[in-house]
Amino acid sequence: MPQILMPALSPTMEEGKLAKWLVKVGDSVKSGDVLAEIETDKATMEVESVDEGVVREILVAEGTEGVKVNTPIALVLAEGESAGAAPVKETAPEPAEAPVVAAEKANDAAPAAAVPAAPKFEAQADPDLPEGVEMVELTVRQALNEAMAEEMRANPDVFVMGEEVAEYQGAYKVTQGLLQEFGPQRVIDTPITEHGFAGLAVGAAFAGLKPIVEFMTWNFAMQAIDQIINSAAKQLYMSGGQVKAPMVFRGPNGVASRVGAQHSQDYSAWYSHVPGLTVIAPYSAADAKGLLKAAIRSPNPVVFLENEILYGSTGLVPKMDDFVLPIGKARIARKGADVTIVSFSMGMRYATQATEKLVAAGVDVELIDLRTLRPMDSDTVIESVKKTGRLVTVEEGWPQGGIGAELAARVMEQAFDYLDAPVLRVTGKDVPMPYAANLEKLALPHVDEVIAAVNAVTYRS
Amino acid sequence: MARKATATSAKTQPNAPQFTSEQDLDAFREMLLIRRFEEKAGQMYGMGLIGGFCHLYIGQEAVVTGITMASEKGKDAQITGYRDHGHMLVMGLDPKGVMAELTGRQGGLSKGKGGSMHMFSNEHRFYGGNGIVGAQVSLGTGLAFASKYKGDGSVSLAYFGDGAANQGQVYESFNMAKLWKLPVVFVIENNKYAMGTSIERAAATTDFSMRGASFDIPGEQVDGMDVRMVYDAAKRAIEHARSGNGPYILEMLTYRYRGHSMSDPAKYRSKDEVTKYRQERDPIEQVRARLLEAGVITEDDLKKIETDIRAVVTEAADFATNDPEPDASELWTDITIKA
Repeated sequence: MPQILMPALSPTMEEGKLAKWLVKVGDSVKSGDVLAEIETDKATMEVESVDEGVVREILVAEGTEGVKVNTPIALVLAEGESAGAAPVKETAPEPAEAPVVAAEKANDAAPAAAVPAAPKFEAQADPDLPEGVEMVELTVRQALNEAMAEEMRANPDVFVMGEEVAEYQGAYKVTQGLLQEFGPQRVIDTPITEHGFAGLAVGAAFAGLKPIVEFMTWNFAMQAIDQIINSAAKQLYMSGGQVKAPMVFRGPNGVASRVGAQHSQDYSAWYSHVPGLTVIAPYSAADAKGLLKAAIRSPNPVVFLENEILYGSTGLVPKMDDFVLPIGKARIARKGADVTIVSFSMGMRYATQATEKLVAAGVDVELIDLRTLRPMDSDTVIESVKKTGRLVTVEEGWPQGGIGAELAARVMEQAFDYLDAPVLRVTGKDVPMPYAANLEKLALPHVDEVIAAVNAVTYRS
Repeated sequence: MARKATATSAKTQPNAPQFTSEQDLDAFREMLLIRRFEEKAGQMYGMGLIGGFCHLYIGQEAVVTGITMASEKGKDAQITGYRDHGHMLVMGLDPKGVMAELTGRQGGLSKGKGGSMHMFSNEHRFYGGNGIVGAQVSLGTGLAFASKYKGDGSVSLAYFGDGAANQGQVYESFNMAKLWKLPVVFVIENNKYAMGTSIERAAATTDFSMRGASFDIPGEQVDGMDVRMVYDAAKRAIEHARSGNGPYILEMLTYRYRGHSMSDPAKYRSKDEVTKYRQERDPIEQVRARLLEAGVITEDDLKKIETDIRAVVTEAADFATNDPEPDASELWTDITIKA
């Protein structure tokens, strides 16, 4: 026996005015017929019938103010249904006991349930290298190139797309030779259309391919950030685990040289903020290769932040058929006992140079390269800080809400009692990147600033 | 190249392609299921069982029904925006799962974690259910890219509204789709209003079938209230895309009877306008009249279909009301996949 209930027109509506009845007792109504008009302080809206039948009784007179949501306002009997089946209330109508879901009680003081503990990400250790493996000197550029070529050989679903990746051989030559080996079906020059091709690649990943999307720089990916976050990162969760976006977004990130504010920015903190994304920012050539291969094999969307200035720097990379590194594991670049310095990507260059000078001056520095920013290997950092009691972070990005800020918070939460000094951050200055050579230099983090911070936390200054 | 429908086509199209009685009956059932499901969803929203946003498809049923009838189920991919309940019902997804997602319950298609705008099915090749206006156009072009890359012969059907048609990424996608001859049909569901803004107030040119002209993408304006016209145009468009000729645009002239979302009183249009569509152009009534006129079916037969559909919808509503909310542990699942 259908009672017509006072509807809510929005999740926040609690009551309204029954402004007008458009039917009267005895009228036949069918689905979609407008029964009444109701008013709130925001709007007037129509109440439509969902059922078919005859209006048996009007329970709330028109003009009544303050009718609570879910109060029965009329009775509609289906054809052949007897009035006796419906116990008609004689007293003023009470709001019906409509089921209320927990979400509707969100404003209540008490939470709906205890928040379950977040699962802990367990990173694997780096694989042991085979005895006597040959180490070859590669640039970061070559290392990235080899990683893509090897993974494309191994999996026909992997393809590269982006601006100038094919015939031009890559704006920074990271994709050099891929077109010649894999052909234009798998190495695809796009128009200058970041928003569109990022979305296209996400759609291709939904359908089972493994795209590598090269952004000429991450600055241009701002056009595409909606697709990276709203489509790729959230898809698995929104679909209850059904639809995956296995793909890599990669390209140079951070400050280049003398290219001004719009082409010099570090997005590490931005992407590391987002659940659903994996964010990797390698420094060394070996890490660049091993982690890009891991990223391409990952079933998740990966943001892979390279650095233009590091492309030409060299490092030793093991010559192996399949050199893959674990995602989410920091690397201890130097073991030490006096102070912990944590950095990643280009920041490692400042940190490494500072470490050399500090060690020469007698400070036993422990230097950690995060390598992966999400999931962040805070265990390695916490363990180190428990030993040294001091932490300095180094990054090119802005200070507010940065990676250093995150590390400081985690250390404060998990190793507060071990700290012998406040955590200090060395960051890019809180300004858009200036063009003038002297100003640009001032805006960047400095080796001297890292040394000064270490001196401060070790009370040597 | 573009064909034109008269925007003010009469109740019945004299030159409309004919449906067999079976096709009419199929279309009638599918559209009525959407209509009754959406009415129930509207009622449940009013009772506080459905939260947030809820965009109903009432009035536009012929569009997704005709196109799906012309497509290969299980092979061709479909993707749309947030007005997505009808697409899922016609593609064969379980109404119980759809309704339970609307109420945010564990038996919902996304385990209650997606909501009205975010439902998907790999099995049925339905890719959402997308909340960002226009995003599905790039994504749908990517589905077509994957089809061509794999050579699986599928076509991607990417639906978007007249509002989304003004988004930049739509044209980025048109360009790439044509450049790379991707098998995608862009379906513009022109229901005349982008939320509360009429097409005349939002679009410099309101003939959306011509929006692919500068990319040389053929387009048609179609009477989106007549399921036969929709089916006929979709057959042509899908065949075009499947045979390697690249994208095709179908502008469906349609109308939503309800507001943009449940909380929209729709004061930006006249009551007469709505009434006129409901009385003269209703996609379901057109089919009902044809079926009765042809004498292949009686009023009683139609009543029987109505009763059956009501039962399906009631069952879905009951399930969605009584199914428990997702377990608290689901808060932390499906964020990333363990490698």
